[in-house]
Amino acid sequence: MELRGKLLDVSGLKVSFYTYRGVIKALDGVELWMDSGERLGVVGETGCGKSVTSLAVMRLIEQPGEIQAGKVIFNGKSLLELSEENMNRVRGIEMSMIFQEPRSSLNPVMKVGYQIGEAIAKSKKMPIKKTYPEVREMLKLVGLDPDRVMNSYPHELSGGMSQRVMIGMGLATHPKLLIADEPTSALDVTIQAQILELLDELARKMGNAVMLITHDMGVVAEFCDKVMVMYAGNSVEYASTVELFERPLHPYTGGLLLAVPRVGRTDELKAIKGTVPDLVDPPSGCRFHPRCPRVMEICKENRPPLVQVEPGHFVACYLYGNEGEVKENA
Amino acid sequence: MPDTLIKIENLKTYFPVKKSILSKKLFVRAVDDVTMEIPRGSTFAVVGESGSGKTTLARSVLRLIEPTSGKIFFDGSEILRLKGKDLLDVRRKMQIVFQDPYNSLHPRKLIKNIIGEGMKIHFKITENEIRDKISAVLKEVGLRDEHMFRYPHEFSGGQRQRIAFARAIVLKPKFIVLDEPTSALDVSVQAMVLKMLKDIRAQEDLTYMFITHNLSLVDYIADRVAVMYVGEVVEMGEKNTVFNHPSHPYTDLLMASNPIPDPKFQREKRLLKGEIPSSVNPPSGCRFHNRCPHADQKCASQAPEMREHAPGHFVRCHYPL
Repeated sequence: MELRGKLLDVSGLKVSFYTYRGVIKALDGVELWMDSGERLGVVGETGCGKSVTSLAVMRLIEQPGEIQAGKVIFNGKSLLELSEENMNRVRGIEMSMIFQEPRSSLNPVMKVGYQIGEAIAKSKKMPIKKTYPEVREMLKLVGLDPDRVMNSYPHELSGGMSQRVMIGMGLATHPKLLIADEPTSALDVTIQAQILELLDELARKMGNAVMLITHDMGVVAEFCDKVMVMYAGNSVEYASTVELFERPLHPYTGGLLLAVPRVGRTDELKAIKGTVPDLVDPPSGCRFHPRCPRVMEICKENRPPLVQVEPGHFVACYLYGNEGEVKENA
Repeated sequence: MPDTLIKIENLKTYFPVKKSILSKKLFVRAVDDVTMEIPRGSTFAVVGESGSGKTTLARSVLRLIEPTSGKIFFDGSEILRLKGKDLLDVRRKMQIVFQDPYNSLHPRKLIKNIIGEGMKIHFKITENEIRDKISAVLKEVGLRDEHMFRYPHEFSGGQRQRIAFARAIVLKPKFIVLDEPTSALDVSVQAMVLKMLKDIRAQEDLTYMFITHNLSLVDYIADRVAVMYVGEVVEMGEKNTVFNHPSHPYTDLLMASNPIPDPKFQREKRLLKGEIPSSVNPPSGCRFHNRCPHADQKCASQAPEMREHAPGHFVRCHYPL
């Protein structure tokens, strides 16, 4: 099979959560790919599966969740087939992750320097104490003063500083891919701008790819080269950022862009009617069909696959003439 | 001179901070010397980052928090002096919608009781009349009659925010504080809620104070805007004036930090360095001076006064841009 992304290629990824309400099909055939050094934005609203996708790529889905199907090829390795031991050599070393709430992702009873040192110690198999010179370098790189921060506990840092520490920890092992799950959503705009600038600068310096998970179209426009739009556990559209904002093809993407307020925009915002579906009992066919302004008969029965309709522009929608269908339970 | 509904003069709200008994008393100066006027029938936005005091200001205006000093006039009457029946009457006319619709609705009450409770306190009316009013207000916010007999957990975030708003407008208020009403909602839902807020303001002749950290929303919904920084208003005026010609360096950098959803938009990279100082011990002089690119000696030692930079455009800066 030909890979669409040289660094990461996720195909047909299915993840379900078994709850007392029933089986939640959080991801139902997610497609995603990235090249080395690229910045991919994964966007969507609450419950679209963007965070679950990132956790599944890292193989961090825990009970009651389960990865049921799909392939994750990262750097030539098929991650879902690796032993736990081998996966541990990938996780935190070749790819790492930072989260939305920096303060709750740091260990509150361990000093910051030690926490960053742990990651380096693990990848280089050396005692933590010996990593300290490298930790200090890393702290400088993320714009913190090592003398002040090395021996601080997380509660002594502000939200922006904690996120800098997380980024330092994430990049300390020089991973090929950094997954950032809403890294700035808990921060103020001025701090958000600082953190995005830092991620940008470090990615240039260290050459790592960034998968940025966000709900904020503004952040995507500023940071990402490529965008994957997700809706209700499906990948619905993929294109370069400029292309996607200029010519959104999927009715959901179009609707989302019209709903975003921005400075200088005072015309009426257009909302998408209806609400995000319940994933215990998702709509038949295309999951967007009950809310779609351009729905057709075929959309109610068959689910459109994600296909390339123009060079580099993929969309899962029957408006663009693809007759195929995603095979359920394939 | 436009007709003023709310007038705030030198409002201060301080919270004492517990230190050891021997050290001198410290205060969080959450709102420090705020003066503003809100014209009737307009939307007045208050923007600022976390810790700027915008929520404390909103709550102080409603007397949900007792201010430390200052005056607040509502339709000419000074509300900090009101008591008893007069205060109750003003309370009906000033309502609030909170940020998080998951916490602001009582989980074990039916929607009809959530919306109807205020009417039982403020109006002398029968159960049937209450029922009719609830039914009418639900329709106004885009919900249906049968929703009356459900509990909050049966609704989505956007619907809950509509219920919270119905609870506020059913009392026929004149003034509503909207404290980050859409920040817990997805963008597609946010658009609907904002549109509803705008439509109902026009229909019911309401005045809004719209608290937000999102500059993009301000442009969509507000007529006037005040920018807060560490307890103080640093810039205030017509929205278009403030947005097109930001005169305080903080406003300018705040605007430059706001991400624009347009990948072709090339902005000059201007970052605001440093972080927000503590309002227990704010910097001397101008509170922004240690982060300001234009600051000099004077800014560090002397606190600037609020000045009318252009007609109706107020700036608290020694060297407005």
